[in-house]
Amino acid sequence: MTQNPVLSINDLSIEFPVYKGAVKALNGVSLHVNEGEIVGVVGESGSGKSVTSMMAMKLLPEGSYRVTQGDISILGTDIIHASEKTMRTLRGGDVAMIFQEPMTALNPTRKIGIQMTDVIRLHRRLDNDAARQLAISLLKDMHIADPESTLQRYPFELSGGMRQRVLIALAFSCNPRLIIADEPTTALDVTVQKQVLMLLKAKARELKTAILFITHDMAVVSQFCDRVYVMYAGSLVEAGSTRQVLHAPRHPYTRGLMAALPELATPGSQLQAIPGNVPDLSRLPAGCAFASRCPSRSDKCNQKPVLTSIHEATTHQVACWHPALQEELAV
Amino acid sequence: MTTMPVLSLKDIQVRFPVNPDWRGRPRQHVHALNGISLEIAKGETLGIVGESGCGKSTMAQVLIGLLQPTQGEMTLSSGKSNGKGGMQIVFQDPQSSLNPRLPVWKIITEPVFAAANRKVDKAAMRELAQQLAAQVGIRPEYIDRFPHEFSGGQRQRIAIARALAAEPDIIVLDEPTSALDISVQAQILNLLAELQRSRQLTFILISHNVSVVRHMCNRVAVMYLGQIVEIGDAAQVLEHPAHPYTQLLLASVPTLESVQDESAVPENVELPSNRVLPTGCYFKDRCPSASSACLQPQVLKQISTQSQEHEARCHLAHPD
Ligand SMILES: Nc1ncnc2c1ncn2[C@@H]1O[C@H](COP(=O)(O)OP(=O)(O)OP(=O)(O)O)[C@@H](O)[C@H]1O
Ligand SMILES: Nc1ncnc2c1ncn2[C@@H]1O[C@H](COP(=O)(O)OP(=O)(O)OP(=O)(O)O)[C@@H](O)[C@H]1O
Ligand code: SF4
Ligand SMILES: [Mg+2]
Ligand SMILES: [Mg+2]
Repeated sequence: MTQNPVLSINDLSIEFPVYKGAVKALNGVSLHVNEGEIVGVVGESGSGKSVTSMMAMKLLPEGSYRVTQGDISILGTDIIHASEKTMRTLRGGDVAMIFQEPMTALNPTRKIGIQMTDVIRLHRRLDNDAARQLAISLLKDMHIADPESTLQRYPFELSGGMRQRVLIALAFSCNPRLIIADEPTTALDVTVQKQVLMLLKAKARELKTAILFITHDMAVVSQFCDRVYVMYAGSLVEAGSTRQVLHAPRHPYTRGLMAALPELATPGSQLQAIPGNVPDLSRLPAGCAFASRCPSRSDKCNQKPVLTSIHEATTHQVACWHPALQEELAV
Repeated sequence: MTTMPVLSLKDIQVRFPVNPDWRGRPRQHVHALNGISLEIAKGETLGIVGESGCGKSTMAQVLIGLLQPTQGEMTLSSGKSNGKGGMQIVFQDPQSSLNPRLPVWKIITEPVFAAANRKVDKAAMRELAQQLAAQVGIRPEYIDRFPHEFSGGQRQRIAIARALAAEPDIIVLDEPTSALDISVQAQILNLLAELQRSRQLTFILISHNVSVVRHMCNRVAVMYLGQIVEIGDAAQVLEHPAHPYTQLLLASVPTLESVQDESAVPENVELPSNRVLPTGCYFKDRCPSASSACLQPQVLKQISTQSQEHEARCHLAHPD
């Protein structure tokens, strides 16, 4: 396979200096997103999903963090050493972002139409009228019933689902090669979520746009992503096709997560909770970060496992000294 | 239901005045609850599902007496002679529902403290807090710590311990695990199930997470625009939904089995405004099966042919 990554992150470690120490938010993260591919990053709260997506776009406040190793490349641009000017051209152009709360990404005091045409004209040589026509056709693609009147409205006049569809329309306005979406539907109802995800996916497939999709919802990953990475305490612990990872998980953490889902349990039965809590990122163990909660740990786990293929002929990778040897889970 | 209800609601309505004119008189009303009638049996877990804004939290507030309904009656037929019993609530966000300036033992015993008009013995309260902490899986020696020293899941355990302190018969759980991670959610759901068994509690579990409701509840009520549109045995309602809204809701829940079909994008996903209530069936503008018959108001009617309860508010709902 000769695929070109639009995004590749290599062995990236990031920490936030705090009083007497550092929060080690990312620890040797390597991931890539190929052209046109939809790649999920799933993990629990605080595992480093948003830091990964913010770092890829260099949106973390300058001076608040330290890159201790590794690099990021988007379409050949070295992100860590890129100037703010380069980043501004990239953002909203070749790379677009969609966040959980669309309200923060829209200016509350300006009409949707002006905001859309401004962004479009910043990146594309179009006159006002052409930009407006493009905005209307993008809103139509997002199944917004009355695009002309939507352009005349303020963000607060739209429902959460409408705002998110406006942002997706905006994200696609410059034919991006990559969209980074951080929990774009977490705040939405399931009926709205389904609509938004289907529209996002259809448009991405049409334009061959790649998506890095951040979520904590396994079922959404299952519906939406081609491949998925599982993150725990700032490390990637498992990677592979959605089917491999969700239906035949090998890492004790991924298996624990799947077993804890009420979806897969008999109603009323005892759920299999993962004992304990996530480790403090400013006091991470030297070895495997999951060791204190892991049923399979041994002395070997005092060394940090790295993400490796489970056998030669597969893309299914796991970072564990004792990955489960098993058949598919009954999902 | 065969057993005596511990709680019954009759035609509960709640309207919030909004948008006042220059004299401060409301120009409009939010119709949050529009005729909720419900009986809750001792020891059951009733799940309440529905989309954001359908009135779930408003109902919780009415239940625990934080909010006076505009109309309708609520009868609580429990209450023990010692002044205990009654209802308690656990909220979604353990961060904001616990007073950050109080040590955990004071937080846990707060309902008892309030009920006793602040005349309590400190040693006895600390003892009680230790017992309750142990029951919810918090180390008893931690009761002098403050909320910020605990994780989200631990804070929710503390909120549950507080709800238990007043020895309630009924606990209203308003999205108790929505702010928690999957692995912690499993711990809390297990704890709730265990407490229910050991203390014969009645639960009213509000959640937008259908899987959580399926796992925890015997009965389910589906709400839409401040009304119950379907209610009955949990397995029955969730496996064989009869109301078109329940069908739509369940079809939208992402599953682990299947890949999203890329065929038809759902339309009409927005809830109608609750400022001006629709006439006829509240769901008709979004309903794929709407016809002229839906211009008439719909009533909840029994559709099960067995002795089981299964009611739906739609003339199309067929007997099971
Ligand atoms: N500016 C900062 N200073 C210190 N710590 C930070 C900063 N930003 C993030 N962190 C820490 O980095 C870790 C990873 O945070 P991140 O926001 O990436 O989590 P997440 O996986 O997106 O979680 P969630 O699901 O809750 O959004 C957390 O422990 C967080 O507290
Ligand atoms: N104090 C209030 N004043 C005016 N409107 C209110 C008030 N409280 C609630 N509402 C409105 O009543 C309706 C029902 O709200 P409620 O909080 O009960 O919904 P919910 O089902 O709990 O939603 P969610 O899933 O988002 O928690 C909403 O339209 C809400 O905006
Ligand atoms: S490396 Fe060891 S501790 Fe870590 S997940 Fe694997 S078995 Fe468990
Ligand atoms: Mg995040
Ligand atoms: Mg609510």
